[in-house]
Amino acid sequence: MKFSLGAIQYFWPKQVVENFYQQAADSAVDIVYLGETVCSKRRELKFDDYMGIAHMLREAGKQVCLSTMTLLEAPSELRELRKYCDNGEFLVEANDVGAIPYLQEHKVPFVAGAAINCYNQHTLRKLMSLGMSRWVMPVELSRDWLAKLLQQPMVHDVRDCFEVEVFALGHMPLAWSGRCFTARSENRPKDQCELVCINYPEGRPVSSQDGQQVFVLNGIQTQSGSRYNLVNQLPNMDGLVDVVRLSPQLVGTFDWLEKFRANVAGGAPQKLDKNDSNGYWLALAGLVQQLD
Amino acid sequence: MELLCPAGSMPALKAAIEYGADAVYVGLKDETNARHFAGLNLDQAGLSEAARYVHQHGKKLHVAINTFAHADTFENWRRAVDMAVKAGADVLILADMAVLAYAADRYPKVELHLSVQASATNAAAIEFYKQFGVSRVVLPRVLSMNQVRAIARTTDIELEVFAFGSLCIMAEGRCYLSSYMTGESPNTAGACSPAKYVRWDEAEDGTLESRLNNILIDRFAPDETAGYPTLCKGRFKVGDDTYHALEEPTSLNTLSLLPELYKEGIASLKIEGRQRSPAYVAQITQVWRQAIDAVMANPEQFAVQEQWDHVLAGLSEGSQTTLGAYHRKWK
Repeated sequence: MKFSLGAIQYFWPKQVVENFYQQAADSAVDIVYLGETVCSKRRELKFDDYMGIAHMLREAGKQVCLSTMTLLEAPSELRELRKYCDNGEFLVEANDVGAIPYLQEHKVPFVAGAAINCYNQHTLRKLMSLGMSRWVMPVELSRDWLAKLLQQPMVHDVRDCFEVEVFALGHMPLAWSGRCFTARSENRPKDQCELVCINYPEGRPVSSQDGQQVFVLNGIQTQSGSRYNLVNQLPNMDGLVDVVRLSPQLVGTFDWLEKFRANVAGGAPQKLDKNDSNGYWLALAGLVQQLD
Repeated sequence: MELLCPAGSMPALKAAIEYGADAVYVGLKDETNARHFAGLNLDQAGLSEAARYVHQHGKKLHVAINTFAHADTFENWRRAVDMAVKAGADVLILADMAVLAYAADRYPKVELHLSVQASATNAAAIEFYKQFGVSRVVLPRVLSMNQVRAIARTTDIELEVFAFGSLCIMAEGRCYLSSYMTGESPNTAGACSPAKYVRWDEAEDGTLESRLNNILIDRFAPDETAGYPTLCKGRFKVGDDTYHALEEPTSLNTLSLLPELYKEGIASLKIEGRQRSPAYVAQITQVWRQAIDAVMANPEQFAVQEQWDHVLAGLSEGSQTTLGAYHRKWK
């Protein structure tokens, strides 16, 4: 089982990002996804900065994968997308199908991100025929769904030709909008957002009127209010999941990496926090935390 | 410019045709479409009847099969496609690549439209879906008018946009908020904020609470109008403020954009609301028929009539309408 770091979902200052990846280089993580996947106005790091970090990580022995924007609307965003797809060195994670034709031009393999709607064996095979070498399962799917999909003969027969990756730690990306909710929370129009997301390096929590944290606002992205945490589910990923993804958090990411690594076979289970969830994996509502 | 109206039942379909729809879209009574509600939609016999009725009036029938097929019940989606074609559907509205590939391969002569649930928000994504032979793309409600214009000017494919109805503020087909709260999402179960998870509690002071799977979505004072607890339209707390953190309960209304949409060559205007009553469909269709006729007759002189706005406001969530993402200020 390999471990990956997803692209940083929040808007962090450049120095914080660089420090984070320095830690990643020194950590036991296997795969690192890099790039801006949420909002094209976040430009603390430019494409060349990401490429610099990518080279540094590759030299540290990590597999690097450039991760692309999820909600692509403007022509300028497509031009930026093309840069990622044309990089010529690193694997690319397509978070929108719009990236796939660009990657096909180069006949390079790609990772199909969790926001690409692949729910069944036929779609999976279709994506493979286009070059997909790794599939990140949509966050809302369960272990049962994954097992049933992988059992289908048309997938089972080619199971050694692609990897399966599962989002396993962090606030899950649940929706993308034309509207910026962080700007809205400060009564600013999106056009004059002043990049306020940088003030919320862990997003802005949203609670119900009786105090339950339901969402986290992260610009145009809405995340789960709970932190998804599958650390204690790792033993039942055996034979199904090849790569386990941790989503970068401001603090504690690398501690959790060690906790995950220690519990691959179930030898070091962790006590979950009150705000941790594991419902999706267990075929329940996403926000549920089922005790073992 | 086509007027495409919703129908969740035969009476609604007849109302749409009677009041001037050019085409009507429907779904089957199962999880293969994104409005899978109890008491709604058509079975096989109903679908055949719908096709006959629509064709007798020289109009078109679109069938939405726009959820994502499950691994172990893929047959249900295939069967839905077979059933729709057999019944005489003119158009299939599809979202799943696998279902698109099946339909394109099996029924190359049937017109395929890319559902809004496929979330094609840009020219590159539209290019991607061309391989499945789609002749039209339904654009998600997250785009601004400028972005719609940019797409219209770079693609040769027909475009359909949402003109009126409930406003989905997230890129459709990529929103898992509903399954996060209830376990069921539009993608997997064909419904957002399903009714079976809704609960209303009235406190002694008359405050009404709406809950979805036990999560408090909103609280209404006795003098407030309480709306259905669609989870993205509740009032939540961010910092010290309690407000509609994601979106107000309001409906999309693009009447004032009609000349621009017409000028950009938008092929079809879609009215949301397969879950609505025949009376609602009749009123909405009547207004939009008049508006489209007016813009086509004289786009330069087009003006929104007060009467239209009045009718539409009365049929809107919270009696309010918005231009949504089409207007930059909304964002």
